[in-house]
Amino acid sequence: MDFAISVKNLSKKYDNGFQALDGVNLDVKKGEIFALLGPNGAGKTTLISTICGIVQPSSGHVEVLGHDNQSQYRKARSHIGLVPQELTTDAFETVLNTVSFSRELFGKAKNAAYIEDLLKKLSLWDKKDTQIRMLSGGMKRRVLIAKALSHEPDILFLDEPTAGVDVELRKSMWEQVRQLQETGVTVILTTHYLEEAEEMADRIGVIRKGKVILTESKKTLMEKLGKKELVLDLYKPLMTLPDDLKNLDITIVTDGMQLVFTYDPLKEDNGVVSLLEKLKEYGVKCKDFNTRQSSLEDIFVELVGESS
Amino acid sequence: MNLRGVSAIYKFEMSRTFRTIGQSLASPILSTILYFIVFGSAIGSRITDVDGVSYGAFIVPGLIMLTVLSQSISNASFGIYFPRFSGTIYEMLSAPLSFVEMVLGYVGAAATKSMMIGLIVLATAGFFVDLEIKHPIWMLFFLTTTCITFSLLGFIIGIWADGFEKLQLIPLLVITPLTFLGGSFYSISMLPDIWQKISLLNPVVYLVSGFRWSFYESSDVSLGVSVTMILVFLSLCIGIIAWIFKTGYRLKN
Ligand SMILES: Nc1ncnc2c1ncn2[C@@H]1O[C@H](COP(=O)(O)OP(=O)(O)OP(=O)(O)O)[C@@H](O)[C@H]1O
Ligand SMILES: [Mg+2]
Repeated sequence: MDFAISVKNLSKKYDNGFQALDGVNLDVKKGEIFALLGPNGAGKTTLISTICGIVQPSSGHVEVLGHDNQSQYRKARSHIGLVPQELTTDAFETVLNTVSFSRELFGKAKNAAYIEDLLKKLSLWDKKDTQIRMLSGGMKRRVLIAKALSHEPDILFLDEPTAGVDVELRKSMWEQVRQLQETGVTVILTTHYLEEAEEMADRIGVIRKGKVILTESKKTLMEKLGKKELVLDLYKPLMTLPDDLKNLDITIVTDGMQLVFTYDPLKEDNGVVSLLEKLKEYGVKCKDFNTRQSSLEDIFVELVGESS
Repeated sequence: MNLRGVSAIYKFEMSRTFRTIGQSLASPILSTILYFIVFGSAIGSRITDVDGVSYGAFIVPGLIMLTVLSQSISNASFGIYFPRFSGTIYEMLSAPLSFVEMVLGYVGAAATKSMMIGLIVLATAGFFVDLEIKHPIWMLFFLTTTCITFSLLGFIIGIWADGFEKLQLIPLLVITPLTFLGGSFYSISMLPDIWQKISLLNPVVYLVSGFRWSFYESSDVSLGVSVTMILVFLSLCIGIIAWIFKTGYRLKN
């Protein structure tokens, strides 16, 4: 298997002694969309920065399409486009200038047609002569995306691309990411949100406290972790379950006043309707009900619980 | 070699210069004029010729050096400090660009700018005094090497600084005194013996002396010594920069 990115035993201890990455191993396949999922401070940005050559690793290795990112940094870096988390731009440059600058910086010959097409796709063409400081946050984000794509990279890193982006733009962004994937670009994005990873990614890596604690195809992960719970408040306490409900994932809590049914929301037949019908058959009446999905934190707790 | 990358940085820096061309030129030209009014005309008229050169003409090389030193340092230090400060340096560091190429871009642009300003100051001085340049090639040699050396120094300061105060600190506390005491406005032979010896520890003395020699063939130290000293200083700066890049000091945390 050829990997787009292959990270081996990567560790990073910052000068202040903080261990931001702790023996990370990670392979990203060519052409996939990979989501790096983790809470604030997990080390997502540090990992990306180390792969891209912005942060010096304390130990370990990174290969980009087979090129070591230290000894063959030119080859490694020329394949990568990076959209940073922070909106860092040259405020006084115009959109067209800053995007052309990026292409040149990566050593690529001028290609006005490509840049024009890129800016049009990102709805920036009519702003091409505007200074970046006069753009809105969402537009600045798109300028950064244009800069990252200006040199036609094979691998695109998006560090929290949807922070501060409205629903519509988010949708069009995902659409563009999928189009990029169709042209063979590998995309690695970070996010705090399970839903986002779920919507976009082929595979998901979960990072916590500088460790990648799991990488899994989205399908497997959602099956494992994306469970939903239906909580039913009962009129009368129920001490034991009727026999043909015993094979379902139901627990009785608060002295029989509540039933908690755990199910998989991704399944076509998730069992919620038939459970409610059966309860009615048995004459168990519900006062109220609500559903809840395990939050990212719950998932981490579960994962950490599993692995320890 | 990623020459396109180098030229991208160079052009970026130069366009930053030209965007503020008025400010870039106004201050050095104005201060040159002030120096001429104060030192050249007001005080200079009471000072006898130095080494057979009128005092007004005598201070021209020193004045150019003064401008070029501070311009080189401030251009180069700001050029690299600002992307560090704003965060846009991420792009430089993630590009397929060696550190040498990065330096070529930044220092090249800073040196070009201060060279231009140096020549403009020279032209301005031409309005006030009769100039003669006996060794134009040597003049350009000293001007160029000084611009490059001090742009390198500025680059080092821009990487070392972790705040705008520090960016100002070295130029203010070190460079300004050294240039004023570096024989810009006097020949160090006018000083008492002990101060002459102390002056020889000041690297700026060698620059000004060599530069002035290229104009008038009069100098405080011999040409060979001047050339050697400036090359030593140049190598020192290159050495420090090589070390910075090897260790990633203040660039990659
Ligand atoms: N330059 C630095 N010096 C010291 N510690 C740092 C530095 N940069 C980051 N850290 C620390 O490393 C940890 C990981 O930071 P990182 O930015 O990689 O997290 P993240 O997963 O991207 O978080 P977020 O979701 O908030 O963006 C944090 O605890 C942070 O405080
Ligand atoms: Mg981050």
